[in-house]
Amino acid sequence: MSQDNRELLIEVNGLEKHFKHVEVLKGIDIEIHKGDVVAVIGPSGSGKSTFLRCLNLLEVPTGGHIIFEGVDITSKNTNIDTMRCKIGMVFQQFNLFANMTVLDNVAAAPIRVKGMKKEDAYRLAQELLTRVGLGDRGSAYPVQLSGGQQQRVAIARALAMQPDVMLFDEPTSALDPEMVREVLDVMKQLAQEGMTMVVVTHEMGFAREVANRVVFIDGGVICEEKAPKEFFENPTHPRLKDFLSKVL
Amino acid sequence: MISLERMLKIWERYNGFYLDGLKNTLLVALVAVVLGIVLGLLVASGRMLTHNSRDHAVIKVLKSVIRFICTAYVEVLRATPLIVQVFVIYYTATGAKLILPDPTATRMMWGMVAVALNSGAYLSEVIRSGIGAVPHGQMEAARCLGMSHWKAMRFVILPQAVRNILPALCNEFVTIIKETSVLSMVGIVDVMFQASAVASNAYIFIEPYIIAALMYFVVVFPLSKLVAWFERRMSRSVTR
Repeated sequence: MSQDNRELLIEVNGLEKHFKHVEVLKGIDIEIHKGDVVAVIGPSGSGKSTFLRCLNLLEVPTGGHIIFEGVDITSKNTNIDTMRCKIGMVFQQFNLFANMTVLDNVAAAPIRVKGMKKEDAYRLAQELLTRVGLGDRGSAYPVQLSGGQQQRVAIARALAMQPDVMLFDEPTSALDPEMVREVLDVMKQLAQEGMTMVVVTHEMGFAREVANRVVFIDGGVICEEKAPKEFFENPTHPRLKDFLSKVL
Repeated sequence: MISLERMLKIWERYNGFYLDGLKNTLLVALVAVVLGIVLGLLVASGRMLTHNSRDHAVIKVLKSVIRFICTAYVEVLRATPLIVQVFVIYYTATGAKLILPDPTATRMMWGMVAVALNSGAYLSEVIRSGIGAVPHGQMEAARCLGMSHWKAMRFVILPQAVRNILPALCNEFVTIIKETSVLSMVGIVDVMFQASAVASNAYIFIEPYIIAALMYFVVVFPLSKLVAWFERRMSRSVTR
């Protein structure tokens, strides 16, 4: 473990997850500190998405503990809805609410969950949409937007809850190539503003450029975890070497 | 042979009968569908109770029992003919002296209940599949923003499910208008009952039923076209 005196945000101990008889995660340990941008990479089926989805209990772990801001969210006594307010999530498929306009998508959770006043929530939503470059699309419905635009709205929607960490589950994998850039730019800007991020991605360029740590998951365990420069230039684990030789 | 002349004569003489019958047909169908929707909602919710690994053991058992009862209800009602259900319910209820002061009202009530139970079973499936057709990611996204299951249902899932469900509900009403004709068998004075009454009164057997058929057609055909139009309109709207 790296020496780090920044605030510890998430501590994962021996995380395990099996579906029926398939063991997907076989004991993951990791610490995520405030301001970290952790890129998680690995072959498909390695468990990296499951790992990310365990962090906000979208998947309920079958073993181990996840301590978020000092609270064990795997404990049955934890109110997960309260914890999720502090953990933003962005999906591969955007998952914008199809029944709401873009502005309503962003304002919905602050109003319904936090009980924010409508005018405050809409002002915040407008501000966030402007920040992701979509200030003029508030009245559109998600189906009317391109994939890249939808994903930027999804990021704004997650930010509206003012989370302490943002989880990204392959945010650019469902996008047409020409739209990847605009989403990555927003994410990069977010990282520069100091947001703590965990990003499952196939974008090696993003991992190398933006992340301060890169984690390689294969076979349900973390095989390697390093600073990006070291990670890409001096991979030690044979499976990582093999993986990098295929993707780079 | 069918004679247009005879038909017109019968209509002239008995149209009041038929129109009274139509009033009852529509009333029974409407009440049955409204009750059926309420029932369908309850049963669909019962069947959709999902087990959560964080639930207490007692809750888990309770959920399984409710799920089983709701599933059994749907399967039994869908796998037996309506006319059999009507007879069983009607004679069980009246046999148990569950009657209103007025025999006509009693018949109407139990007829409505029987059709409502039947349509509740079908509607619960319509509602369930309408909710199931909303992509799972919508629920996940709502939960990730800190909404409880019920908030996610209310603000995200149900508004979208209604678009899938509403046209099917209207179709069910249209279908039920025809189906209620079996209630004439237990003495509910609907269009079909009146047609039989006219037939035995006038001693003419084809034309009274053709008039009944025409009456059903005149109501059901435009309604079904209206529903189809409504369905197309809904699917065209921006939110898919």
